[in-house]
Amino acid sequence: MSRFGSLNDPPVTFLLGGVRVVDPSEGTDSVRDLAVLDGRIVESAELPPDAPRLEGAGLVAAPGLCDLHTHLREPGMERAETIESGARAAAHGGYTTVCAMPNTDPPLDEPARVGMVLDRARGRACRVRVVAAATRGREGERITEIGELAGMGIAGVSDDGQAVASGRVARGLLSYLGPLGLPLIEHAEDPSLASGSVMRAGPIATRLGLAGWPASAELTIVERDIALAEETGGWIHFTHLSTSAALEAVRRAKARGARVTCDVTPHHLALTDAWVAGDRGFAWDEPAGVAADPFGTALDPALAYDSACRVNPPLASRADALALLAGLADGTIDAIATDHAPHPRERKAVEFAAAAPGMIGLETALSLGLAAVAAGYLTLPRLVEAMATAPARLIGEDRSLRPGSTADLVVFDAQATWRVEAASLASASANTPLLGMELPGVVRLTLASGRITYADGLDTLR
Amino acid sequence: MLDIAGTQPVSHRPSAGGSVVSRPDAAKPAPSWPHRHLLDVDQLSRDQIEGCLDLAAEMRERRARRETLDLLRGEVVGLAFCEPSTRTRVSFELAAEALGAQVVELPIDVSSVTKGESLIDTLRTLERTGVSTVILRHSMSGAPYLAAREVSLRIVNAGDGLHGHPTQALLDAMTLRDALGTLEGRKIAIIGDIAHSRVARSNLHTLTALGASVWLAGPPAWVRGFGGWPGVHVADSLEDAVDGADAVMALRIQLEREAGGGVPSLREYTARWGLDAARLQAARPEAPVLHPGPTNEGIEITSELAASERSLIGAQVVNGVAMRMAVLALLAQ
Repeated sequence: MSRFGSLNDPPVTFLLGGVRVVDPSEGTDSVRDLAVLDGRIVESAELPPDAPRLEGAGLVAAPGLCDLHTHLREPGMERAETIESGARAAAHGGYTTVCAMPNTDPPLDEPARVGMVLDRARGRACRVRVVAAATRGREGERITEIGELAGMGIAGVSDDGQAVASGRVARGLLSYLGPLGLPLIEHAEDPSLASGSVMRAGPIATRLGLAGWPASAELTIVERDIALAEETGGWIHFTHLSTSAALEAVRRAKARGARVTCDVTPHHLALTDAWVAGDRGFAWDEPAGVAADPFGTALDPALAYDSACRVNPPLASRADALALLAGLADGTIDAIATDHAPHPRERKAVEFAAAAPGMIGLETALSLGLAAVAAGYLTLPRLVEAMATAPARLIGEDRSLRPGSTADLVVFDAQATWRVEAASLASASANTPLLGMELPGVVRLTLASGRITYADGLDTLR
Repeated sequence: MLDIAGTQPVSHRPSAGGSVVSRPDAAKPAPSWPHRHLLDVDQLSRDQIEGCLDLAAEMRERRARRETLDLLRGEVVGLAFCEPSTRTRVSFELAAEALGAQVVELPIDVSSVTKGESLIDTLRTLERTGVSTVILRHSMSGAPYLAAREVSLRIVNAGDGLHGHPTQALLDAMTLRDALGTLEGRKIAIIGDIAHSRVARSNLHTLTALGASVWLAGPPAWVRGFGGWPGVHVADSLEDAVDGADAVMALRIQLEREAGGGVPSLREYTARWGLDAARLQAARPEAPVLHPGPTNEGIEITSELAASERSLIGAQVVNGVAMRMAVLALLAQ
């Protein structure tokens, strides 16, 4: 039924009839026909009469999703993911571009290594951009050769996995990046406050006896970097924002006109710290069990301390998750980014505190977003903007469904549900606490640069 | 008081011989015991906790009569202590042997387990060698939950990280019930490093389930966040916590915590939160003193108080073996 394609495939031609077209670039949301001719969006009248007609009733067509934060793990950790498997996971999730993060082994901290990833990424199931390391060896001391890297088309620089700990180095980076029009993508976490912690500080951490990560760990770096961006004129982008305190700092900085953008992950919007204790309710659900009564509820032995819930920054409190949803809805948060972080089973089948932090996200992000839409916390156009148009704009890509544009889009069924299972994931890893859950949102077709990269029941091939 | 040294010698063979009294019916565990593992006290209902206490009291009597039970005959109990421990390990070993089980100590490399590499591997190996129950002590919170999910062995949590130490809490409740008659409506003060204490967390579950109100006192960083626990109060000072208390428990403080910023010095800790006879005056007359041991005498409790007749520290040790017998018997049903 389903198949993957690649960017090497020929561009396609079809008419998708009666689909709900959501295009934030045009501010449109209407049911109509969508015509694609040789990989470009055209008026229906331009299609030859024998063009394949696909039935779009009940489906949504949106610009191709763009992930600002993906760990493809190649080179060095190919047991967790490869560029090929990660690109397929992206296509399966509706993504047409992913930004590969540089904390590989060796790290992407010099032009030759960035070039190697770009070479290996050609002709895969999605476009791959690279976020280069901000400092050599990601050691936080000497900045990388950003000028040359900029010429290679990097999306930004980051020492993701950790913050640029030295304020002096962060200041130097922002200063150097400013005229290049590239962001410093900051993993905002003060190591002196976060050291040793494994989950968000709060009643659940207290109950479980797990070392707590205080919200101040994020806020101190966010406030520092905002001050540095304003001093230098550089562009600071905070990735995986996870606290309301940091969100408010960003909101104030944006109001002053500072060059600040940010993203949030699906799991910080939808999941909460109660998941570590075995809760499986979404942030917008009425709290029950351990989420409602952190101390007085017996832990579920089947789910408590599930290392799939270990992630950095840790899953947010419910109040912060709801604040992040509101911040996404009102535009303070620019984009949703997955922080897709595959790990092989042996890195997770260990004690919670010993488990590698991170969860996969490319194939579940749209579903979690659609669940938030169904719960009334986001509109569908805003979700599409935050997952496609806005992140693409941040890395200099166009996303539009107007005639004349390259056909770069996703078609999904927002009502249909699917069960998250290792076998249903294209990623080489399955580290997500969503395994076994039934989620809304099934991708039927992903078209990257006019080529079919993923199709499920909606295909020009018969 | 029972003389633990006078019981049968530690052996790695099933106990056998003429002194065995086989009367499993007489030590019939409380009805309705649905649990395969003992991961923490939170999984037990009040009735089940009281059933544990009753059965442990019976086990204590039968041990005092030098009876040997064979409720676990034919079973192999593995001691997996991935963290140094003497008294809990010995207590479980005596309990398992008193029930007729064969006890094996698992050669676990503490340094590799603490790196999170081999717990599951080790337990998988045991699964195939006939071990039925594993007594697991581990430095990381939640390790017994992982073990219970990944292998088919019965898991008894003998202390996991900062999270839980259910048999300690049950034996503390047993000791308190003996001394106070009931825990319903009683005020129990717990003093010290609550935040880093698995004993404290399991005690909060147990004592509140039995109807006690628990008052905590200690350095702010070590008691913060526990006020939201139903039935638990965070006192402003040791004096407030001890005032009118029916019993006072001091916790062991880890000497290295000094460096973490919780207290400026051990000297200052003792000056503000050390338990001594004068501070105990504010409690009810005769209010007993407990400590899960081993004590840092002169730091969290004075040597005089620990050795006084108000101290139940010795009874805690005796009850420890009886409670672990009761737990092993219940789980083996």
